[in-house]
Amino acid sequence: MTYSYYPGCSLHGSSREYDDSSRGVCAELGIELKELPDWICCGASSGHSLDEVLNIGLPARNLKIAEQAGLDVVVPCAACYNRLKTAEHAMREKESVRNQMRDLIDYDHKGRVQILNMIELIQDQISLDTLRSKLVKPLTGLRVVCYYGCLLVRPVEVTGFDHPEHPRSLDEIMSAIGAEALGWSYKTECCGGSHSLTRTDIVRVLVDGIVDMAKEAGAQAIVTACPLCLGNLEMRQSDGGFPVMYFTELLGVALGMNESRDWLKKHVIDPTPLLGSLGLLP
Amino acid sequence: MIDESAKSLLATIREKSGQDILACYHCQKCVVGCPVAEFMDVPPNAIHRLIQYGRKDEILKSATIWLCAACETCGTRCPNDIDIARVMDALKQIAVKEGVKGKERDVAVMHGLFMSGIRKRGRMHEVSLIRDLKLRTGGFFKDIRLGIKMFRLGKLSLSAECVKNVKDIKQMFDRAKAIE
Amino acid sequence: MTRIGVFVCSCGLNIARTVDIEEVVRAMGDYPGVVHAINYKYMCSDPGQSTIKDAIRDENLDGVVVASCSPALHEVTFRRTCESAGLNPYMCEIANIREQCSWVHNDREKATQKAGETIATVVEKVRFNEALVPISVPVTRRALVIGAGISGIQAALSIANSGHEVTLLEREPSIGGHLAGLAETYVTHDCSPCLLSSRIVEVKRHPRIETLTCSEIEDLKGYVGNFTAKIKTKASLVDPVRCDGCGLCVEKCPVAVAPQTERTPGKTKAIWIPSPQVVPAEAVIDRDICTHFQDGCDLCKKVCPRDAIDFDQGDRSMEKEVGAVVVATGFGLYPKEKIGEYGHGKYRDVIDGLEFERLLSVWERQGREIRRPSDGKVPREVVFIQCAGSRDPEHGMPYCSKVCCMYTAKHARMYKQAVPDGQAYVFYIDVRAGGKGYEEYVNESTKDEGTLYLRGKVARVFEDNGKIMVWGVDTLLGKKIEIAADLVVLATAMVPSEGAKDLAMRLKISSDQYGFFSEIHPKMRPVESPTSGVYLAGCAQAPRDIPETVAHASAAASKVAALFSRDKLSHEPIVVNVDEDICTGCAICVEACPYGAREIDEWKRIASVREVLCQGCGACAAACPNGATGQKNFTASQVLSMIDVAI
Repeated sequence: MTYSYYPGCSLHGSSREYDDSSRGVCAELGIELKELPDWICCGASSGHSLDEVLNIGLPARNLKIAEQAGLDVVVPCAACYNRLKTAEHAMREKESVRNQMRDLIDYDHKGRVQILNMIELIQDQISLDTLRSKLVKPLTGLRVVCYYGCLLVRPVEVTGFDHPEHPRSLDEIMSAIGAEALGWSYKTECCGGSHSLTRTDIVRVLVDGIVDMAKEAGAQAIVTACPLCLGNLEMRQSDGGFPVMYFTELLGVALGMNESRDWLKKHVIDPTPLLGSLGLLP
Repeated sequence: MIDESAKSLLATIREKSGQDILACYHCQKCVVGCPVAEFMDVPPNAIHRLIQYGRKDEILKSATIWLCAACETCGTRCPNDIDIARVMDALKQIAVKEGVKGKERDVAVMHGLFMSGIRKRGRMHEVSLIRDLKLRTGGFFKDIRLGIKMFRLGKLSLSAECVKNVKDIKQMFDRAKAIE
Repeated sequence: MTRIGVFVCSCGLNIARTVDIEEVVRAMGDYPGVVHAINYKYMCSDPGQSTIKDAIRDENLDGVVVASCSPALHEVTFRRTCESAGLNPYMCEIANIREQCSWVHNDREKATQKAGETIATVVEKVRFNEALVPISVPVTRRALVIGAGISGIQAALSIANSGHEVTLLEREPSIGGHLAGLAETYVTHDCSPCLLSSRIVEVKRHPRIETLTCSEIEDLKGYVGNFTAKIKTKASLVDPVRCDGCGLCVEKCPVAVAPQTERTPGKTKAIWIPSPQVVPAEAVIDRDICTHFQDGCDLCKKVCPRDAIDFDQGDRSMEKEVGAVVVATGFGLYPKEKIGEYGHGKYRDVIDGLEFERLLSVWERQGREIRRPSDGKVPREVVFIQCAGSRDPEHGMPYCSKVCCMYTAKHARMYKQAVPDGQAYVFYIDVRAGGKGYEEYVNESTKDEGTLYLRGKVARVFEDNGKIMVWGVDTLLGKKIEIAADLVVLATAMVPSEGAKDLAMRLKISSDQYGFFSEIHPKMRPVESPTSGVYLAGCAQAPRDIPETVAHASAAASKVAALFSRDKLSHEPIVVNVDEDICTGCAICVEACPYGAREIDEWKRIASVREVLCQGCGACAAACPNGATGQKNFTASQVLSMIDVAI
């Protein structure tokens, strides 16, 4: 199986471990990822905040590259995934937008490639059964809560992924690799997103709410699939010691990949003592 | 009370956001679910009402439009299917276009720098963004220890990635301006 | 010899939880005169009733006491059970050990004792009960319908179509009521006169309906199936048989009225033709404004080609025998003059809902623009104020008038159609839009027509420089709102129609604290007044809208039809009687009777009883100074022996 791969800026920067673990896990599961040639930034929050045209234009240009590559595109970053899906949705639903984009990027959007986030890739394209069959080290004893954040599941009509209030997919993956995915109420509460740099005070309040709820649920760590969320949860929590990990990192651990140790070392809050205490480190 | 300018503001926002603001029956479900509502000066539903009243200045200068985190919680739950984040986007876009000097300048500056970074390189470079933001908004020592730690972890790279055809990106930005 | 059976119901645990049923049965089994005592889980169930029937046959019972719930629930049930087993139903009595015992006590021992005593008193009563036969009464199959708005019309047509005669009374010169004055109706925007005219034509052509306009009921005597109504008809001054509705008189009449503020549709002069689309159309004269009686003007009379005008026509009185009465007197509006903060009715551009209907009618039917009353300007901004008087205990109307939310939405929508660049504002407390398609209708108004709904009460309305200033609040924003409006429409509260209290007295029916006529049971008997044979229809009973009114009136009519379906009515035989040997003819009983059932027989010079009027209340029996009046199955000896047991 071969897919196009759109890492996005964060995965080439502060969220390297997400990039590495996504690529690593895919390779381990026999999936080839081909990074889109000369991809550009999706515009993220700033794009849709400021620019009526570019907020669709930037992701549309990436979709153009993806369509030219001719493969379904995997997008690990929740924000990038959301922007690409938004552009795809807008061009599909509104002829005016489609025409506008044709003028902007000299390309007529065909809607040929599927946009997949990492969870979808594992669950639908690979299947949990395959995952279970390749399990080397089940994460027995690890209690986590899965944090989906906003951008994967909302707006429903755009992403069409899982459930906006009660998503389950990531929990199922965590269960499949032997971890205990606890039920909790803050799966899709917002972490403050792009306010991290400017309204850190707000983000702190929101993050503490999420971390406190995770602890209350009895979790030892939070698992997520969004670099923006992980950044905020790690850097803005008052606790300063509650681990947050990408689900792909834990997949790596469960698949017995030695590289996962390198990924886990890149965290502001080091999760290795927790995993070590449970005998889960490779 | 509702004059021509109010009607035209309403029409503009409806067109730009694609949202039917008039469908709002002010149940305030959005306000209760909003993660940042308590930091806003005008509740999200009230923005709809102020648009109807034509209180453009009050809206464009509000902190609310910049504090909306676009988390889409409100839009998902709205009984009348109004995607309020899109309304907020439309208002931010108008505020920037008209050069309104309102609240939450830092947020607006951050978004501006983010976009100009993309224009320059085709990609966002975290270190450059943070540096430029500090230059424009002050707070040089904020997060300094965090920054050093991240640098040591290899999470921050000093050299910025650039796409091959930067010219193309600049052209795209210019074209977008023209289309708008 | 007395052979009484006692049947104790457990009512599941309703009674058994507090009363020791076994103990009660044991005690009653030993009670003098009781030959059979038994209990059952649900006595009212089929097997429960069979137990009673079997016992009556097997034990040859001549009296039955069922100890169960209130007689209001199952007295009829158990009496029928006894009757089917061959026992006279009046030999069956209920001992209430649920509502008056198990439900209100906690102490099991005492409750058990009380239940036993209660049953014993009833056994004492049954011991001396007399087998009675219901009194048979004839039925006059003609209904009197008071009020010819949509509810009266609906009731009249339904009754007449069931094959019975109807006298339809209307105090105004024309029929149709408020509906005739509406422009369109929500939510389908049917044109009101179109809705109404077909019904009016049907009424006028119906062989079984006699319509009396300018008529009011003066007095109602008698009882269910046998009322005598005294009706007074004011002179209409036009002979309806001669008039063919040519309209020449209207053209000539010099007394003009302003059509925009006039509530009666089509009324432009002192003589006019109500419902001109109705055939046959006929003219009527408003005596209050016609100047004939002041200056002798007779232009209409002169011009009439059929000599239909008759100024000498006098008022008439008549009596009608009717079997049932439907009260469909409709509603009025709380006068805006009574609301000081909204201008005391002194600003011409502050109008009520019915007045706005007139403006809309003029726009809709004559194609003219909507113009405000003061200076004829087309209003660009209109403020609608809901709950003007309603839901306002200070104004004496804490109730919701129910229709205003919907008609205001309709007003705003029609206004927007009439003045497309206009702006409508609606101040409301809540929008109450319960009904098929109602909520959607209101929401379309805000969504599609931009009507601005503002949640909050208007504090003040005043005139300033040709504008009506409205001071309100948007409570959802917490902002004060000031609107310089061109026109203000008050959704004033619905109140009972003028004279309703007086009518209640004449009909001997009751009304609530606001003057709406009371139904006997709010859920199960919503169209019956407490007076048997008098039914309620439409807004006379409570505020309701057209569909509800039509349904309510149809329900009242079906009650009348059911009543008329019987050859004879049966009347409860538990009435008073007179011991002619003792009665002195003092007539105290006549005073005491609230139903007119007692009178003095002038030949015998003693009191007598009109059994069909007697309701068995016992007031006269209690008042009788020498015990000449007694009540069947409540004789003095019965009551005394019951008291003996009870204490």
